[in-house]
Amino acid sequence: MLSYTLKRLALAIPTLLIVITISFFLMRVAPGGPFDGERQLPPEIEANLKAAYHLDEPLPMQYLRYMGNLLQGDFGPSFKYKDFSVTELIVQGFPVSLELGFWAILLALAIGLPLGVIAALKRNSSIDYLVMSIALGGIAVPNFVIAPLLALVFGVLLAWLPAGGWNGGAWQNMLLPVIALSIQQIAYIARMMRASMIEILSSHFIRTARAKGLSESEVIWRHAMRPAMLPVVSYLGPAIAGIITGSVVIEQIFGIPGIGRYFVQGALNRDYTLVMGTVVFYGALIVLLNLIVDLLYSVLDPQIRYDD
Amino acid sequence: MNNIRSLASGLVLTVSLFATPLYADTLNIGIYGEPSSLDAARVNGAVYDNDVLGDLFEGLVTLAPDGRYLPGVASEWASSEDGLSWTFTLRDDAKWSDGQPVVAEDFVLAFRRVLNPKNASVYANLLYPLKNAAAINKGEADLSTLGVSAKDDHTLVLTLEGNTPYLPTLMAHIIAAPVPSHLVKQYGNDWTELDHIVTNGAFMPKRWISHDHIETVKNPYFHDADKVTLDGVNYYLTEDLSTGLSRFRAGELDVMRDFDAQRYPWLKDHLGDAVHLHNQLATYYYALNQREGHPTADKRVREALNLALRRDVIVDKILQGAVAPTNALVPTGTSHYEAQTMPGLDTTVEERMKKARELLKEAGYGPDHPLTLKLRYNTRDDHRRIAVAAAAMWKPLGINIEQVNAEANVHYAEMARGNDFDIGRASWVADFDDASNFLGILQSDNVKNYGGYHSEAFDRLMAEASAATHDGQRQQLLEQAEQQALGDYALAPVYSDAARNLVNPGLSGWEDNAINRHLSRWVTLLH
Repeated sequence: MLSYTLKRLALAIPTLLIVITISFFLMRVAPGGPFDGERQLPPEIEANLKAAYHLDEPLPMQYLRYMGNLLQGDFGPSFKYKDFSVTELIVQGFPVSLELGFWAILLALAIGLPLGVIAALKRNSSIDYLVMSIALGGIAVPNFVIAPLLALVFGVLLAWLPAGGWNGGAWQNMLLPVIALSIQQIAYIARMMRASMIEILSSHFIRTARAKGLSESEVIWRHAMRPAMLPVVSYLGPAIAGIITGSVVIEQIFGIPGIGRYFVQGALNRDYTLVMGTVVFYGALIVLLNLIVDLLYSVLDPQIRYDD
Repeated sequence: MNNIRSLASGLVLTVSLFATPLYADTLNIGIYGEPSSLDAARVNGAVYDNDVLGDLFEGLVTLAPDGRYLPGVASEWASSEDGLSWTFTLRDDAKWSDGQPVVAEDFVLAFRRVLNPKNASVYANLLYPLKNAAAINKGEADLSTLGVSAKDDHTLVLTLEGNTPYLPTLMAHIIAAPVPSHLVKQYGNDWTELDHIVTNGAFMPKRWISHDHIETVKNPYFHDADKVTLDGVNYYLTEDLSTGLSRFRAGELDVMRDFDAQRYPWLKDHLGDAVHLHNQLATYYYALNQREGHPTADKRVREALNLALRRDVIVDKILQGAVAPTNALVPTGTSHYEAQTMPGLDTTVEERMKKARELLKEAGYGPDHPLTLKLRYNTRDDHRRIAVAAAAMWKPLGINIEQVNAEANVHYAEMARGNDFDIGRASWVADFDDASNFLGILQSDNVKNYGGYHSEAFDRLMAEASAATHDGQRQQLLEQAEQQALGDYALAPVYSDAARNLVNPGLSGWEDNAINRHLSRWVTLLH
């Protein structure tokens, strides 16, 4: 298990290197530079800016400089947010996205798993149809529709909760964005859990368990639940990464200072260092989450072993 | 039962006490972008930079609620007869928030920092009226030769390149804010870090969570602190205007610095007095490409485009009357300036269309030789709608418009390159209240001259205006210059933009003004 983990971590290095290199050059190929804006700069000022950020050097040189700094853990200064380094921005933004994502995933699991199980057990009943059509609705309605609706209804019309802002992560501020972020995940998880549960329930070992005279709840909780969750677990790795990195829309609509917004703002502003910083960070995060999921497999499914 | 009741009422009382915010008099402002820095030498000069830094720092000159210029750190000033030397006398009670006095040297250092090429200040060119400023910023002259000197702690002398009657208004811009020399000497460019920054404005920063909010508290050392009623100001970043509107409606923001113009009628119906719309010194226009090879290089084509553009329809139908149509570059309301108009536009639509058809025919375009023009705009809903409307207005002339949109950075990079468009959307918002700030964008050597307009007569009038020592003569020359450009149909102005704000009717001291700058020191929350 340990050597497997180490091997996977070693493999992560070339993966990240490729990600960094491709993003670095893609970013530079994109038309429009960091200093192109509504207020066109006089040539001497643009030259001063380029010199200050070493953008006047040849591209390979800039690449080597960036990689050199990166090895020392330095993501460089942000072009736009000049009072912050990229590291400071990530350190400030990531915990916020993480907290938001954590609660959203937890809520999605807490609601999605039981819904999926219920639908599977009551297969083809009206409950099943109801749950599945709600789930389909959850997948179909994008969160950029749900989020402003929630803000309008609960923030403005009913005035029960703040319409936006983070307020240091107060639960009142978190509730609406967490719900908006989890609705799609609830739908996915419920559908996945239902399908997987139906499959497991018709397998031989479940028939054996039933033949041994175990009660239905024992069959489900002791025997069916674990294997049925495998697809959900494998989905969770990318889903968690997606929810943390992909909460951009929610962060924008609710005005939450998470890392997703830096990514989008950075890309729009051509803030090269900020975009690169978030890409490297996201890349490392996704590699790590995928590893954790693979390791979890062996815990859930005894047939999977990573021993040499 | 009585016990329960008293317990309940006690609880209610406790809850309501806790519900009252600790800082009752905190102003919450929604800004639609985050300042690049708290250091004036490192900001981009956007509206939100001005909002935050304007409350933190006070320059030689400051602004009244209605936008008039008032003495700031300088109590008085005078210029030499030729207008080339200005002496500012600093007030005795101007202090930094650590109690240190604000001295003339703080301005000398501040201006030098802005113009030092190493600091790559984006807005350095605003200080180019100072002697040698441009040369220094280009790395061609030494910093010490800059036209700024401290005669003593309370006397600052500015030497200029040419007559600049608008200098006091320039000194109210955040780029001309002082820096605390004692801190800059100690910390260098890190002087703005929150654990040691000092400011000389009405407020000082306490916390800054990027992409969330900036929290400031009242500066007790501010010279007018007695009259400042707010305990602090919070600036919330709300790039999304609908979010800003929701938060304003929910009472979380007292001021929201912009709203979607297309929602103006709805807002007016639902929010009434809270909706503020005011003429702003800003012009939305189409740059017409006059470089060789572009059909718009032909003056007749440019005139035809201008004749057929129905600005009133665009303003009424698309922008819901939230702005004012214009056919000039310098907006109405600019100080010391008489608004000009483009010739030939004061007739009926039919007459204008007839004239436009004739002009195009003369220029060689017609059914056999249709004219196709490429119109570029940056991706945004209202830009798209205006472009579609303009294309429809030019269609009856036989002009086909090929529309190309791109995100802002790409759009402006293409506009600056100048090849790949015939008509390009642009706008100009005044940095300071002076016609030269607008007319400058049509000078041959100006990088913002997207259309590549080149007129010797115009350039000469502008040069004469900048050399004029008499203010009346200067105004006349600037007006003649604009008349020249409008007669050349150098561009197609569309509308004068309006400042759009949502302001809680329960506060006083917030007035609409033409440069749309509002210092929180004047604001009082009425309870």
